[in-house]
Amino acid sequence: MSKVMTAEQVAASLEDGMTVGIGGWGSRRKPMALVRAICRSPLTDLTVVSYGGPDVGLLCAAGKVRRLVAPFVTLDSVPLEPHFRAARQRGDIEFTEYDEGMFMFGLYAAAHRLPFLPTPAGLGSDVLKVNPELRTVRSPYEGGEELIAVPALTMDAALVHMNRADARGNAQYLGPDPYMDDLFAKAADRTYVSCERLVDTADLLKEGPVQSLLISRAQVAGVVETPGGAHFTDCVPDHGRDEAFQKLYVKAAGDPDAWAAFRDRFLAGDEAAYQDAVRAWREEEGR
Amino acid sequence: MTGTTGTTTATRAEVCAVACAEAFRGDGEIVAAAVAGLVPMLGSRLARMTFEPGLLTTDGGPHLTAEAVPLGAPAGDVEGWLPFRDHLWLVLNGRRHVVMGASQMDRFGNANISCIGDWARPKSQLLGVRGAPGNTRLNTTSYWIPKHSPRVFTETVDFVSGIGHDRGAHEIRVVVTNLAVLDFATPDRAMRLRSVHPGVTVDDVAAATGFGLAVPDDVPETRAPSAEELRIMREVLDPKGLREREVPA
Repeated sequence: MSKVMTAEQVAASLEDGMTVGIGGWGSRRKPMALVRAICRSPLTDLTVVSYGGPDVGLLCAAGKVRRLVAPFVTLDSVPLEPHFRAARQRGDIEFTEYDEGMFMFGLYAAAHRLPFLPTPAGLGSDVLKVNPELRTVRSPYEGGEELIAVPALTMDAALVHMNRADARGNAQYLGPDPYMDDLFAKAADRTYVSCERLVDTADLLKEGPVQSLLISRAQVAGVVETPGGAHFTDCVPDHGRDEAFQKLYVKAAGDPDAWAAFRDRFLAGDEAAYQDAVRAWREEEGR
Repeated sequence: MTGTTGTTTATRAEVCAVACAEAFRGDGEIVAAAVAGLVPMLGSRLARMTFEPGLLTTDGGPHLTAEAVPLGAPAGDVEGWLPFRDHLWLVLNGRRHVVMGASQMDRFGNANISCIGDWARPKSQLLGVRGAPGNTRLNTTSYWIPKHSPRVFTETVDFVSGIGHDRGAHEIRVVVTNLAVLDFATPDRAMRLRSVHPGVTVDDVAAATGFGLAVPDDVPETRAPSAEELRIMREVLDPKGLREREVPA
């Protein structure tokens, strides 16, 4: 029951107008190879749900995003994401801006197939002003506290990048933080996992304890082996963030000509061409 | 004026770090989430090593470290695990004091990290609200503002990310800036000048604040770091002097 497929096949399985969740956090363990495949595809009008990083930036730059649901978009070591900023400042995308905790409760609600979950996080802030569809509920118990009813963040598909996976779709993280990737997988109708390395099922526990098996095959529709597939975001312990390349990305994003050159050099071909171009750039830079 | 070991005069950055440390006084066994920068991170670790030993501090990532570690150092021995999801759990649980930054802040402590201009199509898109709404509603919150200016301290904020005392904030304890320490100890919980850093005047602070700050008759000077605090900062927690980069001279 192998679910192994290519990044192109993942992109081809999505449809225009879908809601797509993306795991990771900021510039950390993002499924960038799958994002790059979407950027190369004819897909359009996506609603993207993400603790946003360069995944959001690249998709905005490629004109794939109709609406973004996010509490932030950041590159961590570089606070602001240039393509996301430009898209917002041009008015290119709709934005559903949630508090981080509201967002997590939305994922929990969707993962549990609940219509909403209540939380006080967000009350009093302008999050309510810019999301007029949000409703509050009162606790039916003593105290009658008013809480925001965060609607379930349901999604058609989720994309996550893991350190290891087997061909069945069981997926493992070996770094220090699972982020919300298991919640994305449970919230989505179907999940695609990219991984640094495919391993035999019997070998899954050779590198991490059973608690590191974050995502079960029951949630997974496809597995893609993409070494370096999180590049340039962090994917410890396999590799850290490529800070030098991230700086190159940020610099290029600030200028249309520089961005065109960056796109031609790194993003014009498939994933193998991307990885080759990054390797060549590193050699040039003497890194 | 640089923070060389052996000088007993504290730099501005060191005064700021101690003011950030003071923000945690009395907190006990809670997580110090100093996300705003290196100076408050240094302050939280300094507090733990001196007068607030119960504090839980991190390596800047998901590890709760067994001891306060130097800025930029690996975690060393670890006493606990705090991935992002548990930070968000702690926000609701409450055993957390967060130090955030702000691009704009008004007199009641409403803070904006989301965007400048009209939200529908901002002049300048910033981070997004991140955890600011929940943090301020549910946790003790302090702020670190490395460049005190009228662009930051504004009559109104373009977007309320973190809520102020007039919108139901749990507690905004202090705002530490490169010039002063501000708090909200006034009848209407509007911002007040608590102390000025050595070498800064009340007029300097007023001129750098875009709204009328409550100013008591007597404004004390911010507490100077003790010799022991200077030693810990310079020799143990920040021997590379990273703190100096964050505070304009």
